[in-house]
Amino acid sequence: MEQILKATQLSKYFYQKKALDKVDINIEKGKIYGILGPNGGGKSTFLKISAGLLKPSQGEITIDNKEPGVYTKSIVSYLPETNYFYKWMKIKDALNFFKDLYTDFDIEKARESLKFMELEEEEKVTSLSKGMMGRLKLTLALSRKAKLYLLDEPLNGIDPISREKIITSILDSYSEKSSILICSHLIYYIEKLLDYVFFLSEGRIILSGDAEQLRNKRGMSIDKLFQEVF
Amino acid sequence: MEFNNNIPIYLQIIDNIKQDIVVGKLKTGQKMPSVRELAGILKVNPNTIQRVYQELDREKITYTKRGMGTYVTEEEKTISSLKEELSKKIILDFVEGMYKLGFSNKKLINTLKEYL
Repeated sequence: MEQILKATQLSKYFYQKKALDKVDINIEKGKIYGILGPNGGGKSTFLKISAGLLKPSQGEITIDNKEPGVYTKSIVSYLPETNYFYKWMKIKDALNFFKDLYTDFDIEKARESLKFMELEEEEKVTSLSKGMMGRLKLTLALSRKAKLYLLDEPLNGIDPISREKIITSILDSYSEKSSILICSHLIYYIEKLLDYVFFLSEGRIILSGDAEQLRNKRGMSIDKLFQEVF
Repeated sequence: MEFNNNIPIYLQIIDNIKQDIVVGKLKTGQKMPSVRELAGILKVNPNTIQRVYQELDREKITYTKRGMGTYVTEEEKTISSLKEELSKKIILDFVEGMYKLGFSNKKLINTLKEYL
């Protein structure tokens, strides 16, 4: 199986605090992964390093056999938890912004997806509800033709209708040619999407495995297993 | 389809498809939805559906024509043995449940007769 991301003994310190402690994570092509764990466990830190926004303190990480940098940013689509829009933007400005930033951004696909998400191009980003904002950010992230999608808490603070739409569009954009890595603590809603899970707590991977095998071996859902482990 | 997340999802989908075949909801020789379609309908990972079809192919309940899709078997024998397999499962669940309630074999049969 072709590897798209490989992290070996990856550590990240913020002064004295260990955000990541010797983490090994391999991501293969054509699979959907979940990094699950409580808040402050290191999930976002791992994604930020993968997205090239933070430098690791120790250890190695390669994406498509390259260290994070200009090339990896061109093949990685990152959905951050924070909002990154300017206040003056309308949704169509955000689309054009992405089109200018990323050569792999498919604006037609984005427009299609906006319809499905029930968002209007003329709407101002400041007037969007939290659920609509989540839908817009996901639309933008998934409309790139990336090799690796990094989704940081795509369901956090999202209402049930938006949640269904988000899950459907994640499934729709799945392809054998790319991989998806989702960070979340809302395991119940995403566990059916996942091929493989990593449990991350206090910067360490405390459990990992094929989702179906874990269900089979432990006789419980990933959600229950999570509650048992933490 | 509602899933019980405590059991591997692919096994639940397999059982569901088997049931649909036995009751005739899925006809012999009928084309199954593509991996992607079924993943979209059930809202599960496409790799899970891939696994479902591989397993069903292995059990000869379906067969895959290269580049054409997956079809329900035309072998009546396979389907009748499938029916037997499912009925055994139901009986097993029933009997186990009755034992748990403290029924003896004799009482169990009598209760069943009365009910029927």
